[in-house]
Parts: sequence; structure tokens; C-alpha cells
Amino acid sequence: MAKEKPGRLEVQSFADHHVITQPNPLRKVLLRVPESDLDDPVARAEKALAGLSGEFKNWMTIEADRLSAAHAAILHEGFTDDNREELFRAAHDIKGDAATFGFASAGVAAESLCRIIEHAPELDKVPANLIAHHINAIQAIVRERTKLDTNVMAPALSRQLRGIADEFLAYANRDRPEHLEAILAPSIIPAE
Amino acid sequence: MFRIDFNKLRFLICDDNPHMRRILRTLLHSFGAREAYEAEDGATALEMYSHYVPDIVITDWSMPIFDGLELAQMIRQPESKGNPYAPIIMLTGHSEKRRVTVARDAGVTEFLAKPISAKGLYQRILNVVANPRPFIKTKTYFGPDRRRNTNNAYIGPERRVGGEVEVMQQPSLLDKARSSV
Repeated sequence: MAKEKPGRLEVQSFADHHVITQPNPLRKVLLRVPESDLDDPVARAEKALAGLSGEFKNWMTIEADRLSAAHAAILHEGFTDDNREELFRAAHDIKGDAATFGFASAGVAAESLCRIIEHAPELDKVPANLIAHHINAIQAIVRERTKLDTNVMAPALSRQLRGIADEFLAYANRDRPEHLEAILAPSIIPAE
Repeated sequence: MFRIDFNKLRFLICDDNPHMRRILRTLLHSFGAREAYEAEDGATALEMYSHYVPDIVITDWSMPIFDGLELAQMIRQPESKGNPYAPIIMLTGHSEKRRVTVARDAGVTEFLAKPISAKGLYQRILNVVANPRPFIKTKTYFGPDRRRNTNNAYIGPERRVGGEVEVMQQPSLLDKARSSV
């Protein structure tokens, strides 16, 4: 498919912009099938994803350990551009992956940590415990998942951390309206 | 009812996280795709984009060297020798509305916020295959039409008045990336 030459471009020119239309180069991959067709690619993919789930706990542990390592580097060296970036990336990856891996509450705590890193005016002045508690919570959620109380404790813990972080960020950014607006803006992902 | 023949599609996956690449590969293969190339940073992805000429790019935002946003801007170079029109699906942990706007202004075709789902990914792919949008070229933008709805009542500053102007201020990340090389 990719080797097929693109169709002829049709260009309409206006005073300050051009509208460029090309025949859909991917139209040949679109197949008309009868309504009775029972093949369900989404269900097939969900099943394949479920087949990977045996690895999720291990993957999550690796991600949580990467986060702890980034934090340990900060405790050792203080904040630098590199270790700040690594802490953010590690937290951001958990934010994106955790729900898929079955650790939604770890994702909520990681998102809260990302917000602190992104919006705190000076990271050196963020209470050290606030960052440490986020990382400890993520580690606890990942490692203690099999305990019976996790389903109740984990979401409550993450929500509480998010509340404290938001309160801190709202205060720290009280004179920075652009950050305040971003902090208070709703997520495009529906709440759980 | 329409279905995609994934067998004929070539994908480029760009994500620095190996677990997410594995998830994406699993989903695409389950849909029926055979060709899915993988890159772990924007620079490698750009090289692979030129070499493999994928039909669809699926990229993360936050990556080392240069990120998914810069990758999109480098692909969307109207004078480039490569294909500047390939659909780009941005799959990202960023979930703020302003990020969607920034991605859109970089020429991203579809935005998919993590956590990923088979249904969400399939729908985005179906959309870029079945409903491609025309491209718009202005002094500051080249990419898929950012207007998904026709709203003749809109009179704001970004209106293309009388077939004229659509101005979106956007710093050149391409220049930034070039200067850092």
C-alpha cells in the first residue's frame, strides 16, 4: 500500500491560504462488508491485550522502580534539568500506562506528580515530602496490589494526594494566572 | 458496513516506552496489520519515516531527542521530498485540552489520550482512512484542515474571511530542533 504513488493533488488558492485535496490514498484498504459479518477486530485486539496481562505487574514494577531511581538521583544531586526531565518522563509514562496495566490509582498519583513538576514555580521549594509521598504511594499501589484492602485504599490515597497537590499548586501559582488556568482546567479524559 | 484491510497498511509506531510499543504492536497485529515499524525517539522515527514511507504514523508526544510534536512538524513540511500528507495519530498521556490544540496546530491528524483502548485506536485509524480532511497551507500552518465543522456564524480572529486568512501563531520547533543538532 505504501508504495502506491499519491494521487494528483488538487490545489485551490485563496488570498492567504491554499486548500489541498488529494484522492484518498488509503481508499483501497476500506472494504465494504455485509452487516452480518461477524469478524470483530476490536474484540480480537482486546483479547490479545488480555493475553498480555500476565506481564503487566512486572512492567508496572519496572516503571515504578524507574520513578524511584529518578527520585533517588534528585535526593542525591538536587534538581537538575536532566533529573527533573527523567522524573517527569517516568511519572508521565505511569500516568499513561497504569490504567491499561490495571493500576488506575497509580496513574492518578502519577498524574498528580506530573502536575507538580510541570506547574510548581520552583521545584526546590516544593515540600520534599509531597514528592516522596507520591512516589511511595505509587510503589505501594503497585507492590501491594494483591492485598484485599487495595481496591479501597489505593483510590482514596491517590485522591488525597491529588487534593493536597492541587491545593499546593493553587497557592504557589496564585500570581501566575496562565498556570492557574491550566491547573484548574478539566481533563479531557472522563473521570473514573 | 466498512472494514479496514489492515493487511495492506504500513504503520510507524514511535514511543520511547517499550511496554507501550509492545501494546501498540499487539493491537495492530490483532487488527490484522503485518507491517508495523517501531522507533523509540523522534529522530529515529523521522529517519524511518523517510525510509519505510508508512501509511499511518502513531506517535507519543513526550520523547527524548525530539518529541512527537516536533516529529509532526518535521513531517508536515510541504516542500519536503517525503510524503507530508501521511495521517499522524498522537497517542499521549497528556490529557489537557490545550495540548490537543497545540497538537492540532502542529499538523496532527488525530489525538488519542492514554489510557489506550483497542476501540479508541481502531476508531482513530478508521477515521483517518475513511474520512481524510483536505490540507490547508498558510504562512504559518501546513496540515489537515483544523475545522471539522462548518460554522458560518463564527466571526473570531481565526476566521478565514472571504476565503482569506487563517492565522495561528506557532513557534517553529523545526528551527529549534535544527539549531540544537
